[in-house]
Amino acid sequence: MSGDESGMQFGIFSVSDITEDPTTRTTISEAQRIRDWITMAVHAEEVGLDVVAIGEHHNPPFFSSSPTTTLAYVAAQTKRILLSTATTLITTDDPVKIAEDFAMLQVLSEGRTDVMLGRGNTGPVYPWFGKDIRQGIELAMEHYGLLHQLWHEEVVDWSGRFRTPLQGFTSTPRPLDGVAPFVWHGSIRSPEIAEQAAYYGDGFFANNIFWPKEHYQRLIGYYRQRFEHYGHGTAAQAIVGLGGQFFARRNSQDAVDEFRPYFDHAPVYGHGPSLEEFTAQTPLTVGSPQQVIDRYAAMREHFGDYQRQLFLVDHAGLPLKTVLEQLDILGGEIVPALRKELAKDRPAEVPAAPTHESQVAKALAGKLPVPGGRAPSAPDGQASSSAGGHPSSVPERAQRVEGHTGAAFGVQR
Amino acid sequence: MSARRIAVVSAGLSQPSSTRLLADRLAAATIAALGARGVEASAETFELRDLARDVTNNLVTGFPSPALESAIERVTAADGLIAVTPIFTTSYSGLFKSFIDVLDPASLTDMPVLLGATGGSERHSLAIDYAMRPLFAYLHARPVTTGVFAASADWGRGAQPGQEDAASGLHDRIARAAAELATAIVQSTRDAGARDPFAPPDGSAGLRSGLSQVGAYGETR
Repeated sequence: MSGDESGMQFGIFSVSDITEDPTTRTTISEAQRIRDWITMAVHAEEVGLDVVAIGEHHNPPFFSSSPTTTLAYVAAQTKRILLSTATTLITTDDPVKIAEDFAMLQVLSEGRTDVMLGRGNTGPVYPWFGKDIRQGIELAMEHYGLLHQLWHEEVVDWSGRFRTPLQGFTSTPRPLDGVAPFVWHGSIRSPEIAEQAAYYGDGFFANNIFWPKEHYQRLIGYYRQRFEHYGHGTAAQAIVGLGGQFFARRNSQDAVDEFRPYFDHAPVYGHGPSLEEFTAQTPLTVGSPQQVIDRYAAMREHFGDYQRQLFLVDHAGLPLKTVLEQLDILGGEIVPALRKELAKDRPAEVPAAPTHESQVAKALAGKLPVPGGRAPSAPDGQASSSAGGHPSSVPERAQRVEGHTGAAFGVQR
Repeated sequence: MSARRIAVVSAGLSQPSSTRLLADRLAAATIAALGARGVEASAETFELRDLARDVTNNLVTGFPSPALESAIERVTAADGLIAVTPIFTTSYSGLFKSFIDVLDPASLTDMPVLLGATGGSERHSLAIDYAMRPLFAYLHARPVTTGVFAASADWGRGAQPGQEDAASGLHDRIARAAAELATAIVQSTRDAGARDPFAPPDGSAGLRSGLSQVGAYGETR
């Protein structure tokens, strides 16, 4: 699941859009698009990728309203690939249901599950689910606080602003081996979410595919700095994921010619900047496999050595055959070369991408991160006992959080 | 006293345009008025026509091109803003509004602003007050009370001091508005270096407001 000495995970992520193919003016059916996506996900494992992730949407033209159902189906047809999301809506979904659904997927997939949380930026989804978009950040904070608690404590008493209280609640199934799925916090612009990821010692995924790198350098730099501040490790040891986008053909001009109509009509950026402008300003790379390799091998120069690279390959009406060919190129040429490149000069302190196995090992060693960091005086290992399968009692935990919060907010600086 | 930087945004579409003509005169008069107050100043003009594609692309993609980003930074970090638009179909031009729309809504807070507009006849002159002024009020900018509207006819009689009708003419309106803007710039306490959202919170206050206040855990009992 995480390759090799590069410590990197490579994969694909999808927004699940059903878009007209601009070259044929045809749109496949929703059912066909769903079946096609499963084919892509299974093929991603066949070509040697590490991760397949899918978004969550509650409006057309997107099909993916129920990611854990989709991913469970993929899990049953694969052996090795890690299943994730991009993103799961922490604001409008019930954190209890997220805890249950992803623990279920984690158990069924035998640990091949992690989750990327995001706020979602489709305005009407909030009222559709009885929420207020103006409270997006607050919802993300409170809901994740509860989700974290549900996965790390057997019996939960909880009350908050946004959800009905829980008394003596146990989320089932319990996380596999007593270790919660690894959590990535996804953001395209919010320092608050970077702060949240740093506070918990979780991963931070910067979906940088639509914006220039300077913005993400600051966002990721902030997360790394705060990760270190909370005492989870050095800034270089923070867990970073990046988005990416490419279209490759043997000859670069063929790639440009074939991709241009899809680019020009793409829902996100179509009818705006030219392909040339957009590729200069964002990570989108259209050309030969070597051009893609060169572009993405250089990402760590901007963002530091990182752990996960996901590519968007299946949007804007690209037909299944084309996407499968892109996956062949990605798995066959691009990723093997990137694994080699990114292994070079990777500092020993930079951790490998998290997997269930590595999280279990951390738990056993008492090294799973504690929210807000460990108090300097806390004996090593004590703090993460709940994650190791022996949950501490609620009052103990409350006390612990209080202590650690205080430490992180003052003492360590 | 340190030199002040004035950003001049001109949304004229033709070249040369009367909108640019008005913008230049407002800028020159403001620099002169600041000079009379012992304050050195310079003006930088941004022709939105030159940024029209970048502005549209920003609307579509959600991010500015390097050229537009640089312009946005220089406009929003200026000590004063002179905003001049042609009046089209009862209001500011679409290009002018599109430029405003790609700004961070908080980025003009407390900015001293001089509102200017051009049109074919003086029948459009109130557009400054019923269209432009609410826009800048929404942005919490501080437009000075005198706005300057220049109709085509204004470029004739009374445009220069000493000419017939000069008292009610364009020159005097420009001088009055420029004096108001100069005073507003001198008195402004606006911090041009707006808060950096990526600056780590110093001390405990920022963090507490970031996580604890909203209940990272809800209430754990």
